[in-house]
Amino acid sequence: MPPKRRNHDIIEVENVGMDVDAEPDSDSEEEARRRSRNRRSKSQRKAKQVSEDEDEDEEEEEDEPPRRRGRRKTTKTDEDETPQRRGRGKRTKPQDSDEDEEGDKRRAARKGSKASKKKAAKETSDEESEEEKVGRKKAGRAVSKKEKEEQNKEQKGNVKGKDGENKDKKKKKKMSSSSSSSSSSDSDEESLSEGEIAALKEQVEEKKKLIATLRNKPWRMNKRLSLLKEAQDFVEKFEGALGKGKGRRLYAFKVMMTKKLIKFNRDFENFKTACIPWERKIKEVESHFGSSVASYFLFLRWMYGLNLVLFGFMFGLVVLPEVLMGLPYGSIPRKTVPRDEEDTAMDFSVLFDFGGYCKYSILFYGYYNNDRTIGVLQYRLPLSYLLTSVGVFGYSLLVVIRTMARNANEGGDGGDEGEFIFSWKMFTSWDYLIGNPETADNKYASITTSFKESIVDEQENQKDENIHLRRFLRVFANFLILCSLGGSGYLIYFVVKRSQEFAKMDPKTLTWFENNEVEFVMSLLGLVCPPLFETIAELEDYHPRIALKWQLGRIFALFLGNLYTFLFALFDEVTAKLETEKSIKNATEWALHQYYANYSSFYNTTDVPPPKVAPADVIRGPCWETGVGREFVKLIVSDVQVTYLTILVGDFARAFIVRFLNYCWCWDLEAGFPSYGEFDISGNVLGLVFNQGMIWMGAFYAPGLVGMNVLRLLTSMYYQSWAVMACNVPHERVFKASRSNNFYMGLLLLVLFLSLLPVVYSMMTLAPSFDCGPFSGQEKMYDVVIETIDQDLPAFIGNIFIYASNPGLIMPAILLMILAIYYLNTVSKAYQQANTDLKKKMQMAREDEKNRRNNKDSTNQVMKDLEDLMPDKSLAPPPAEEEKPPEVVIDKSVKPTKTKPGTAEKGVNVQKEVSLAAPNPRRPVTRAPGPRGGPPGNTRSPQPQPGKGRGQGAAPRR
Amino acid sequence: MVASKGPGCGPTPDLLFGSGLLLSRYFISDWAALIKKKKAFARRWNSDGPVVSELESSDMGNKQTIFTAQQLDAYQDCTYFTRKEILRLFYRYRDLAPQLVPLDYTNQPDVKLPYELIGSMPELKDNPFRQRIAEVFSEDGEGNMTLDDFLDMFSVLSEMAPRDLKAYYAFKIYDFNNDDFICKSDLEKTLNKLTRNELTEDEVKMVCEKVIDEADLDNDGRLSLEDFQNMINRAPDFLSTFHIRI
Repeated sequence: MPPKRRNHDIIEVENVGMDVDAEPDSDSEEEARRRSRNRRSKSQRKAKQVSEDEDEDEEEEEDEPPRRRGRRKTTKTDEDETPQRRGRGKRTKPQDSDEDEEGDKRRAARKGSKASKKKAAKETSDEESEEEKVGRKKAGRAVSKKEKEEQNKEQKGNVKGKDGENKDKKKKKKMSSSSSSSSSSDSDEESLSEGEIAALKEQVEEKKKLIATLRNKPWRMNKRLSLLKEAQDFVEKFEGALGKGKGRRLYAFKVMMTKKLIKFNRDFENFKTACIPWERKIKEVESHFGSSVASYFLFLRWMYGLNLVLFGFMFGLVVLPEVLMGLPYGSIPRKTVPRDEEDTAMDFSVLFDFGGYCKYSILFYGYYNNDRTIGVLQYRLPLSYLLTSVGVFGYSLLVVIRTMARNANEGGDGGDEGEFIFSWKMFTSWDYLIGNPETADNKYASITTSFKESIVDEQENQKDENIHLRRFLRVFANFLILCSLGGSGYLIYFVVKRSQEFAKMDPKTLTWFENNEVEFVMSLLGLVCPPLFETIAELEDYHPRIALKWQLGRIFALFLGNLYTFLFALFDEVTAKLETEKSIKNATEWALHQYYANYSSFYNTTDVPPPKVAPADVIRGPCWETGVGREFVKLIVSDVQVTYLTILVGDFARAFIVRFLNYCWCWDLEAGFPSYGEFDISGNVLGLVFNQGMIWMGAFYAPGLVGMNVLRLLTSMYYQSWAVMACNVPHERVFKASRSNNFYMGLLLLVLFLSLLPVVYSMMTLAPSFDCGPFSGQEKMYDVVIETIDQDLPAFIGNIFIYASNPGLIMPAILLMILAIYYLNTVSKAYQQANTDLKKKMQMAREDEKNRRNNKDSTNQVMKDLEDLMPDKSLAPPPAEEEKPPEVVIDKSVKPTKTKPGTAEKGVNVQKEVSLAAPNPRRPVTRAPGPRGGPPGNTRSPQPQPGKGRGQGAAPRR
Repeated sequence: MVASKGPGCGPTPDLLFGSGLLLSRYFISDWAALIKKKKAFARRWNSDGPVVSELESSDMGNKQTIFTAQQLDAYQDCTYFTRKEILRLFYRYRDLAPQLVPLDYTNQPDVKLPYELIGSMPELKDNPFRQRIAEVFSEDGEGNMTLDDFLDMFSVLSEMAPRDLKAYYAFKIYDFNNDDFICKSDLEKTLNKLTRNELTEDEVKMVCEKVIDEADLDNDGRLSLEDFQNMINRAPDFLSTFHIRI
């Protein structure tokens, strides 16, 4: 390309000229230094540009400023003028490639005259005509002059934006003169050569990035707003210019779509935040009781969301189809109350026990019919029943694990706990959420105590006797708790055994207590044990957060015992029912057979109509699934009752008495013995977790359970948040909930697995009842799936399933999975190891550095200052002398006068070594470090380059 | 679409020349508008209570626009808030002094609420650092806040703000004497505010020394922003505690 050639020639010549010019100028050393620095920084910037922009254009652009500078002597004006010139250079270049002659002429003119306003005007007019061809003109014309003005301003900024440093550019923009640069900018946007567009594109990208990250900048709102406006206008203006012909239209379309997308995203985000319920309620609780109590309510809300989804599945895929398309109530035996129950079926006591009409309703398993398909839609209800039940588990599992993973990622790596104890206490212990004087008082107290504790810890770090005592106490406490756990376990076992004996006896001879012994003992244990554990935990003297976890774990163990006792009892019942069912089945079959035989022999025909018996009178089995479902539902309901009653009595009545009896009592009830209750986090969380476990287990046998649970969670959200605000006082030691949510999730996961086991077991091994539920008539429940595969899916899919279920395939698959787990585990361990190693290294490096600095404190400080101020080492000595005095500011610098210019060089090297030995991990710095930066420089010395290289990302002060 | 990108086209020379003139005119008109607005506000301020409330109640009835759509968008770009939250914040701001804050923010009225009002918000009034927070976020450094400052403050303290930004402002808040370093006196002040002077002098001293010992990387006896960031970036609780829900 000829134009390029020429440019190069010129550049060379000009470069030489500059050098020649520069040398004689340097009569005073200072000036020379300053200039050299300027040149250096320029060239750096240039280098950046080259990498970024198109070379042809840029080369000239880069070289122009120095050339000019060579001509002119004053560095200050230089600073201001270069950008303009640069802009103009840029502007002309693209045209150079188009029309060489004009470009040459112009360049010549530029060299000759200084501002050349007229020239610029002429250029623009020229280009205007050019532009008409391009066809973008009309809109441009239409735009008001005012807008033009704004564009100009921006353009200025952008010309400088080439410098690569956003901030510098912004500052400088204001200084640069307007007229010439504006003209340049105007022409700039018209010429549409490749390089120009690339540059523009880049700028637009830059601006877009700025818009996106604007909120992350620590600037004043005013500045942000104006910058935003600028950037937006710029983007608005130039986005369309990028791309040519067809491409442009496409680009414009793309831009429009992205805009719409952004808008949509924002609206969607708005919508999403609007959809999250109880934000204010939880906030209120949080500000009164700290984040630990709020964490329970967050958990409750999360649970509510989960249950809502589960309810959606269950209701939409199972319950609703059966209601809409299935047979109505009373049509077949399983949907009818049997004759002998009819009298009491509407009694409240029966209904409350989920007997009577409730038992034969859509709530329970037994109601569902075993027709393969129902309704006009040929909906396969049994299949959907099974798959939904399994899907509920799958979905829950997925959600819980995902939430856990997300929680684990959050909240910094709390790895090296011991490093910043006091700093963290100092700067992060105040919970800015607290908005209540009482909580604030507690927080003050707890902060003070924690500080005192830490101080004591620090002072008595060496004394071990205390630790021995504590260890002993902790072991002792655990022993006690194990004892009580064992005791309660035995008690439950004992009671269950007894109840089995009772069950064999005639129920009429038993008292009420004997009938309900198991439930009674269990709720008694649930009431007594947690406070007992809490008392014992006092011995351990853990931090309340850790204590909470221990407490959670222990009560979890207790509840687990209860749960499994319940399950085993249930299982016994189920096997008993299975027995009776078998006999009834045989009896009905026998009866049916008899009927057929009699009928055919009596009427002498093989065409036997089915026996005419009212559905209520049909003999039927016990339908163990409905029984199990009923048990779960009853359990949930009684759980709700107990919880709500406990709150009403334990919290509300107590608070009521304490509050109003206090006027006429011998001692201060509020401060003294009964006082107000604290919110029991562990109990409530575990209640919630186990409740959920029940739901998971019971949902298969009673599809209506999920809906009931949604109601329960909804009410308890309101009820409990009211109760906690009305009757409870904040904890004595307000503590933060630090990721304990994941602990809750862990418990939930465990319960999910535990509740998965019995359900899957019953699905896979137990035979379903013969006369009720969607799987009646099948050998096993999962036969539904097999049947579907056989009959409804194409043969090859069936084959695939047959192959897939082949042990020969399953075994390798399992092996593969185990291998994968092993591999991933190893990898993660290796990463962990590397992590800890790195941490250790960092720690060591830090200490090393510290020690080293402590040793040669003074010299190093000075050297550091030197190094920072002197980018060019060869020129170091003189300013070294000047830099020393301000050193006094730093108290630790012992003998600043000791350093001599001679040692300076060495010192710099030493510093280098240090930094090599200990790579600073904290590099992402937003501004120059203090001691070497501002103060010394401001006080004295020529200040080589007023904070340009160093103050890069300088955040605006104050 | 292309037409809307039109402003990108270059101006004619006369446009160019005229632009300066126009700019000045634009500014002048703007000024005039501004002055008018100010006068209007002055009138409002000085008028008696009932008149003001009447005026505003009528405003409310008319569903007057508080912000233009562009303003709201700009605020959404500049803060971490959604439209709804911005409006809510505005009402919170306005509730602090209904007689001072107009319901019409389309012209960027120059209104500042004094620190006494800001500090009395329930979100701040129990915070030991409320004065510092207000000072840091106010443009004048005295705690008197414009709506912009107000939004800024709650944006930084919102849940969405990134760690770096929060750390920067936390540093400013704890830097009581505004010298860009947290020195011992700053630490002492912080500690005394945190514990309500419950610790003895020795204890305070010791804690401050420990803090500096832990966090001061360059050993200059005080914490620079880097030191602070380095320390705070590893704090597990910083993000959860350094935020205010509004």
